[in-house]
Amino acid sequence: MARREFSASRIPGFPTVAILVFVALYMPILMLVIYSFNAGDSIAIWEGFSFKWYPVAWNNEQVREVTFRSLTVATMASVIATTVATMAALGTTRRRRTGGQTFIYLMINQPLMVPEIVTAVALLIFFASIKVATGYQGLGYLIAAHSAFCIPFAYLPIRARLEGMDRTLEVAASDLYATPWQAFRHVTLPLLMPGIAAGLMLAFVTSLDDVVITLFVKSAGQDTLPTYMLAQIRRSVSAEVNAISTLLLLLTVILLTAFFLLTRKRD
Amino acid sequence: MSAREEAETRRDARNTWLLSAPALVILTLAAAGPLLIMLVYSFLTPGDYGNVVWKFSTDAWVGTILSKDIFDGTYSLADAHLTIFWRSVKLSLITTLFTFIVGFPTAWFIATRTARTRTALLFLITIPFWTNLLIRTFAINQIIRNEGILNTFLIYLGVIDTPLVIIYSDFAVFLGMTYVYLPLMVLPLFAAIDRFDMKLLEAAYDLYATRLQVLRKVVFPIVRPGIVAGSILVFIPSLGAYVTPRILGGGRNMMIGNFIELQFGQGRNWPLGAALSVLLLLIVAAALVVYIRATSRETSNG
Repeated sequence: MARREFSASRIPGFPTVAILVFVALYMPILMLVIYSFNAGDSIAIWEGFSFKWYPVAWNNEQVREVTFRSLTVATMASVIATTVATMAALGTTRRRRTGGQTFIYLMINQPLMVPEIVTAVALLIFFASIKVATGYQGLGYLIAAHSAFCIPFAYLPIRARLEGMDRTLEVAASDLYATPWQAFRHVTLPLLMPGIAAGLMLAFVTSLDDVVITLFVKSAGQDTLPTYMLAQIRRSVSAEVNAISTLLLLLTVILLTAFFLLTRKRD
Repeated sequence: MSAREEAETRRDARNTWLLSAPALVILTLAAAGPLLIMLVYSFLTPGDYGNVVWKFSTDAWVGTILSKDIFDGTYSLADAHLTIFWRSVKLSLITTLFTFIVGFPTAWFIATRTARTRTALLFLITIPFWTNLLIRTFAINQIIRNEGILNTFLIYLGVIDTPLVIIYSDFAVFLGMTYVYLPLMVLPLFAAIDRFDMKLLEAAYDLYATRLQVLRKVVFPIVRPGIVAGSILVFIPSLGAYVTPRILGGGRNMMIGNFIELQFGQGRNWPLGAALSVLLLLIVAAALVVYIRATSRETSNG
């Protein structure tokens, strides 16, 4: 009997399925982008190439307003989340394990485990009481909610970066009579910076993409870009939504590429 | 332990708490704490115009599965609710299974490429994962809607005369969830397969195992933590899905997430909405316990 050949990379059918999966993953997104350049009103009938939907979206007062609000919330939330996540990462890595660490770790990762709709409902209930009690209706609720669910996304890359850093340089700094603050400011922080930048980007993207929690927490007239788009999709659909989606996609891809370059292992 | 070490341990513990405090405060106020308030609300009485009246009641919990006849006050199973639960569980399970069926070959394919191709393919899987879920669901909507790209194309080709009605069905929701959650299956499967020693395959093969036997008896048991992780990562968001059933399922094909929202809108039954949310949370917690058990047994065995 002839010896059978075996190669792990050539299991019949597997490459076919894999290629189909990649095509299926990108095909709908590609279509969405292509039709954002459609000259006609239809989202399905191609009537020639045109840039007209981009100025249409840009000149839409409402689109500008919700985009600005989304960017405001995402900026505030990602900066807050990254700041507190950096502190928490410094507090929970490279130290003797104490009992509290498991609890802290669980708390930080909690937003990843609880379904968004559940958090959304809980926040609606809690914030509704505060809105009644204080009369405050501003963006603060959205910023607080976004900061909270962005914390794990900021924490994880920062923690990963910290764990890969040894203490040699910091010890050297303190041997050279640097105060703990100087050692942190001039040694630890610069080394940690790529992790912090990566965490900031993930937090920003996560906040910018949120629909469900925003939908339940926002007060009247506080639509963000995603909740505005959700309402548009339900009503009539013009290629204007395609144009907005394409720009948002572009922003995400740019941020993700930067994230990958920052966290890439140098080998 | 010397006195100095003890003091250092204490200082470390104090710093751990001090540095984590700001994050914990935000998480308590805007994530974990409100969950407890929600639990309290599930035991209150609904107000006439939404919100609650502070009167203890177990009606909301009874109401999750039973409905009270408004005329004679007898209880019967709430068929509408059970249909929604069943649809959610069924669609989530099918989605998990299907993402595994197509995700496994994909993860395997990626793991058996050269290092450079592998990095590129992983990046390609990760991009959709981080792109807006709303946009991806919208993309599917544009393709399968009645006047969408698929129907326009098929009619143009002359394959069909009238549009295929795919959208606003359970199938459409399944299709959408498979599409948006697939990366969550592929990534942990890849991580597990990547650690798998391919020499084991040759060994099994030399001992005249068939391809199917190799998969079932050698590969699956070893990459099981990845399979479990991927399944949990797909199952949990599927069960709590809100955006995908709303855009692709329409008003009649609700899942638990949409049903919960309804209680805070037209339904005006906040306690029922809170009880349903707690119920969903309990199911997710149970799934997580299964996950932790399955993976910890794996590591303790070797």
